[in-house]
Amino acid sequence: MTAKPIIDIRQVHKSFGKVEALRGVDLTIEEGEFFSLLGPSGCGKTTLLRMIAGFDEPTSGDVIIGGQSMKGIPANKRPTNMVFQSYAIFPHLSVADNVGYGLVRKRLSGHEMREQVEAALAMVDLHGYGDRAAHELSGGQRQRVALARALVMKPRVVLLDEPLSALDKKLREQMQVELRALQQQVGITFILVTHDQEEALIMSDRIAVLFEGEIAQMASPQDLYRRPVSERVASFIGVMNFLPATAQAASGGKVGLTIPALGSIELAADSLPAGVSAEQVKTIGVRPEMLTILFDASDRAECEVEGEIVGASYYGDMTYYSVKLPDAEAPATVSMRNTAGRSIIETGTKVRVGWGAESVVLFS
Amino acid sequence: MSAVTRFFSRNWLVTYATLYVVFLYAPVILLPLFAFNESTIIAFPLTGFTLQWFTVLFETGALHKAVQNSLVVGVVTAVMSTLLGTCAARAMVRYRFPFKRGIVGFIMVPLVLPEIFVAVALLVVLVQLGMPLSIWTVIAGHVLICVPFSIAILSSAFQGLDKNLEEASLDLGETGWGTFRRVIFPLILPGVISSLLITFTISLDEFIIAFFLTGTDVTLPVYIWSQLRFPAKLPSVMALGTILLALSVLLLILGEWFRRRSAKRQGLDASSTGGLIQ
Repeated sequence: MTAKPIIDIRQVHKSFGKVEALRGVDLTIEEGEFFSLLGPSGCGKTTLLRMIAGFDEPTSGDVIIGGQSMKGIPANKRPTNMVFQSYAIFPHLSVADNVGYGLVRKRLSGHEMREQVEAALAMVDLHGYGDRAAHELSGGQRQRVALARALVMKPRVVLLDEPLSALDKKLREQMQVELRALQQQVGITFILVTHDQEEALIMSDRIAVLFEGEIAQMASPQDLYRRPVSERVASFIGVMNFLPATAQAASGGKVGLTIPALGSIELAADSLPAGVSAEQVKTIGVRPEMLTILFDASDRAECEVEGEIVGASYYGDMTYYSVKLPDAEAPATVSMRNTAGRSIIETGTKVRVGWGAESVVLFS
Repeated sequence: MSAVTRFFSRNWLVTYATLYVVFLYAPVILLPLFAFNESTIIAFPLTGFTLQWFTVLFETGALHKAVQNSLVVGVVTAVMSTLLGTCAARAMVRYRFPFKRGIVGFIMVPLVLPEIFVAVALLVVLVQLGMPLSIWTVIAGHVLICVPFSIAILSSAFQGLDKNLEEASLDLGETGWGTFRRVIFPLILPGVISSLLITFTISLDEFIIAFFLTGTDVTLPVYIWSQLRFPAKLPSVMALGTILLALSVLLLILGEWFRRRSAKRQGLDASSTGGLIQ
């Protein structure tokens, strides 16, 4: 599939009075992509989504959809449809009338309209719910109706404003998978706004992380998780241990890294973040699952360090250990899968911790 | 000891409440009582049952004209003040504009102004402008005092409206007017009907403004007042009052029934849409 841009956001600024909600956002979203805007509350992600929908106008900059500038084009003339956080189901209409709401203006025959509404309801597994009143639906069903109401319009882009945040955990996890599958089935571009990093990782093709109205990083879920560009992004996406470190350029274009808590290692030069020289490295990050506790004497790792267990949190499938490393102020978190026959290590036990070149991310 | 005080204080409360209700409603009960009484003198003992005072009503042309005037004034006032009230309430709840508080205050002021001053002031202005007094001048005065009531009722209806619903409608390709027609209006309809009923009722029994601004076409309250000068007409005024009483109770029940029904349809708790009877 050749990537074709559907949405182009160019130098978009937005101020509400003295508050700057967005400060120069540039972003291109491709046709058929599941794109997430991820960030803490107040980072401007919803404002950006509302601008694409046409509910807010940028203070400066331009939003281009399908090659056409959206300047002065109101929400009802844009090829986008939104699923609201509150779902915004019309309470006085039945499910079928809700889904068919936008079709009324398309002047379809009654038969055609019923067919399209039924098809949209079937798509979200609500076949036969058309006659229900809006208030008879559960939260999950309302969410599906909102989705069907958007999809039936055959928009070029579906905008989702924290659509799953009101659902309970189990339903939310189920909907994440379903929504992703549905998006791949219909092939329409989805833009999701969320503050839930796990949700963004599970569902997206690409994620833009926003902090204070600026894009901090834009990458695929794997790149974002494995190679965050800053400590802030790293700690927003999952858990990361930060350890002080120093680095020097070594022979053969390599980087010699010294981490007091873990030891020394030589890394390939491309592990340096873009525009950062070896001497500027001050900190490394390492994910809990990138450290391994070597249980048996025969277990080997690329590098090893002696540590002491100072605490353990049991999660069922995983155990998160706090491990005191030599010369480290705070204990590092190490996660271990609870495979068969493995019991939780007691506090105070000395253990060998394994790590390697692939484990660490460098920060300036 | 404390049990005794409690017993007495409780009894006192019951007595007080009973007396309160009696004072409030006894005169109202006298109305139908004397309307069906044979004697022309309004006094006990009752002399016998008759329907003649009602017959008199049906034969009085001037009364019919007054009723007709009152209905026209009431309906036009209700529609106009609800229309204006809807626009004002919408602006008040949804939009920001300069001097909003001041403007809203000005609109709401007739609620607390003594009606007699409003009536005199309006009369002076209308005379100065050279406008002839008619039921239309009465309507103008009634709209002035009814709009604040309409705003008060409708602004609570607009406040209960989720802004996302309007955005969702626009997002689905509907125009601003279409959104009003298909989403906003159906959802504020209970408030609109409530406003129509209340403004109609206010206009129907309003006397002071009508008295000053009415020309030769008197409204019902002004007609009733003029009849009170003739003692012989008193029983038929009682009969008229009985009919009006029955009608207003009917209207109230109707309005409340409608409000509850529409609340139920939307799956809301009946008390949440705010009604006359909670």
